[in-house]
Amino acid sequence: MVVGEIAIIRQFSNDIRLKARFMEMGMTIGTEVRMIKKNPFKGPIEIKIRSFYVAIRYEDANWILID
Amino acid sequence: MDNKNSYFALMGNPNSGKTAIFNLLTGMDQKVSNYPGITVEKKKGIANISSTKSIKIMDFPGAYSMLPESLDESIVANQIYDWMHNTNIPRAIISVVDATNLSRNLYFTTQLIELNIPVILVLNMMDRVKIRKKNIDSDRLKKVLGVAAVVPMSARKKKGIEELKSVINSLDDKNNFTSELNWDIPVQIQENLKPVKDFFQNYCGYNENLALGQSIRLITKHSSIKYYEDINILSKKDYAKLKDVCNDATRKIRENGISPSALEATFRYDMIDKVLDKNIIQENIQLVSHSEKVDMLLTHPYFGIMFFISMLYIIFQSIFTFATIPMDWINSLIGSFGNYLVGILPGGILRSLLIDGVIAGVGSVLIFLPQILILMFFLLILEDSGYMARVAFMMDKIMNKMGLHGKSVLPLMSGYACAIPGIMSTRTIDNWKERLVTILVLPLISCAARLPVYALMISAFVPSKKIMGIFNLQGLVMVFMYFLGTITAILIAALISRFIKEKDFTSFIMELPPYRMPLARTVFHQLFMRGKIFIIDAGKIIMAISILLWFLASFPTINSNGNPTTIHESYAGKIGHAIEPIIAPLGFDWKIGVGLITSFAAREVMVSTLATLYNIEGEDEIIGIKEAMQNDINPLTGLPRYTPLIAISIMVFYVYAAQCMATFAIVKSETNSWKWPIYMIVYMTSLAYLGSFMVYQGGLLLGYS
Repeated sequence: MVVGEIAIIRQFSNDIRLKARFMEMGMTIGTEVRMIKKNPFKGPIEIKIRSFYVAIRYEDANWILID
Repeated sequence: MDNKNSYFALMGNPNSGKTAIFNLLTGMDQKVSNYPGITVEKKKGIANISSTKSIKIMDFPGAYSMLPESLDESIVANQIYDWMHNTNIPRAIISVVDATNLSRNLYFTTQLIELNIPVILVLNMMDRVKIRKKNIDSDRLKKVLGVAAVVPMSARKKKGIEELKSVINSLDDKNNFTSELNWDIPVQIQENLKPVKDFFQNYCGYNENLALGQSIRLITKHSSIKYYEDINILSKKDYAKLKDVCNDATRKIRENGISPSALEATFRYDMIDKVLDKNIIQENIQLVSHSEKVDMLLTHPYFGIMFFISMLYIIFQSIFTFATIPMDWINSLIGSFGNYLVGILPGGILRSLLIDGVIAGVGSVLIFLPQILILMFFLLILEDSGYMARVAFMMDKIMNKMGLHGKSVLPLMSGYACAIPGIMSTRTIDNWKERLVTILVLPLISCAARLPVYALMISAFVPSKKIMGIFNLQGLVMVFMYFLGTITAILIAALISRFIKEKDFTSFIMELPPYRMPLARTVFHQLFMRGKIFIIDAGKIIMAISILLWFLASFPTINSNGNPTTIHESYAGKIGHAIEPIIAPLGFDWKIGVGLITSFAAREVMVSTLATLYNIEGEDEIIGIKEAMQNDINPLTGLPRYTPLIAISIMVFYVYAAQCMATFAIVKSETNSWKWPIYMIVYMTSLAYLGSFMVYQGGLLLGYS
């Protein structure tokens, strides 16, 4: 996903421990996300979901499958 | 509300403006809010809701859900479990939501509604909703959610607070609100959940909604079952039964193709989203907020970091520049008060105690109040504006490399004010190891109590001259001391995190709230609280130690030969001289030695100790320590007792030394063991001794004196 791109969350590829928290924060299946910012050296990324902005780690973001 | 113990619980997501509402309701009438910054524990306050009635309010830390991910959220979850089992139930829950973010905020609210305790829903930040030309139908929301009332508010603009008070005032005792929310769960899954739900209804006496909610929650996050073991409401046999039915249901649900960990969020959001208008759930995702525009610069991968570093520099430079004028005022005020007392009091023990002990001691520390307030002011602005969340975001990667966490930045920065609130605010870090490492290195961050020591040494021994036209040498040395502590903290973190076994899996989720202009009333309220605590501390600890020290330094008055004693023969002198051989390699004399010992109560006591010692040694009038140290001549060599090299050695010692007993106490209570505070004392003391030794001996070798 590149900065500015919009996608829809389709699935979590794994039962990671934080899956429940990501979903509680509103990243449910079918929710739109926009990529706001990426950081060098695989630092955390910033995304927009629902009506707010949230930062998550690059590695964790890999578990979120989008289309 | 006749029940004296009844109170209102204030709950909500982080960044919902809950604390602003608590402050509006309670004004200055708060307890426990001794540490500024973020809400670290339950806070109690009294709100006058009408001319005749006042209520108790308990403010809880922010939480996203009843399934906790951090210690902060655990405090909230544990409290809710108590309520479920009829302990300490509040009169009502005031659930604060950010109306611009309604669906996510209602997630937690709907969990609260199922408890069957009346809920007052506060729609905060309505001004922003209106700016976006949207509206929220409060009456409909009230009916659909089944809450006691919905109050639109704008806490920052002080709007809606009277309405909230009148709703609280007129709340009746019945709770016959029924929610129109309906879980839309496939029949098959409902069947799977039924044994767990039945268990909760039969064994725990839950109402139907709560029983269903709890069964879904336990299957979503299995580890939450341990509450039922901890709180002793179930017998061992029944607890085992609960485990069985849960495991069974989880297995069946997985077989039915639904991921157990997605269970609650999927169906709860589905339930919430169905009753909200589409444009309320989610604003146009393409909409670029003001904060997003600002962040293009402020969290820019390179420019953002540079901006952060410049901010830090400006803060530390201002501490030195802006504070000088009020410091001079306080100084002359204390001086003239002391001299006034010299004039009216008869000479003797009482006058000596008052002037040499109390006024010299307490006054020498009070002087630093302006600097501490300036530092606090900047920290509050950074936190309240929403900038600190961005710093956590930018720093997470590098912090993580060092064994810390992005969320370690705020505690570490609070550490510049005081390690104690810093250590308490590590509760937002979800990973135990990263939290522990943050706690262990936090006391290396130079706190406000070191400031008096640095400031004294620098103003006495570092010349005030310009370097390269713009930098002041005194300011630079000050910044260097802070820098030294900070860099060491990070290096030590990287080192010790290699030796602590990872217990948990680490992650980082950080909401980046919109930038807001910090509210003057909040900032000054917290500054006032901070100043009050500092003065009370000065009044208590420092006064007690100054009096004790005055006694130790003044007695015995007659030595074994029957002659009046010098200060060297006093108890304090003897103690100081006894440890002198140990500290002589660092360049410290016996007076500093006494200061090192008294510093165990609090570091700034070093300054008051020197003040008391010089004043007892000297004449009647109040002596400024700065001049006294500059003019102190070693009778053996005829040279000045203290030199810039010794001043630097003292400062380096204070950067590293473990001296504050209150810090050890809090580390003990936060880590639940004596092991960590002891570990901390050992490594910090070694660093301090080594650091000073290298500075002083190295300096001597290079030909400085």
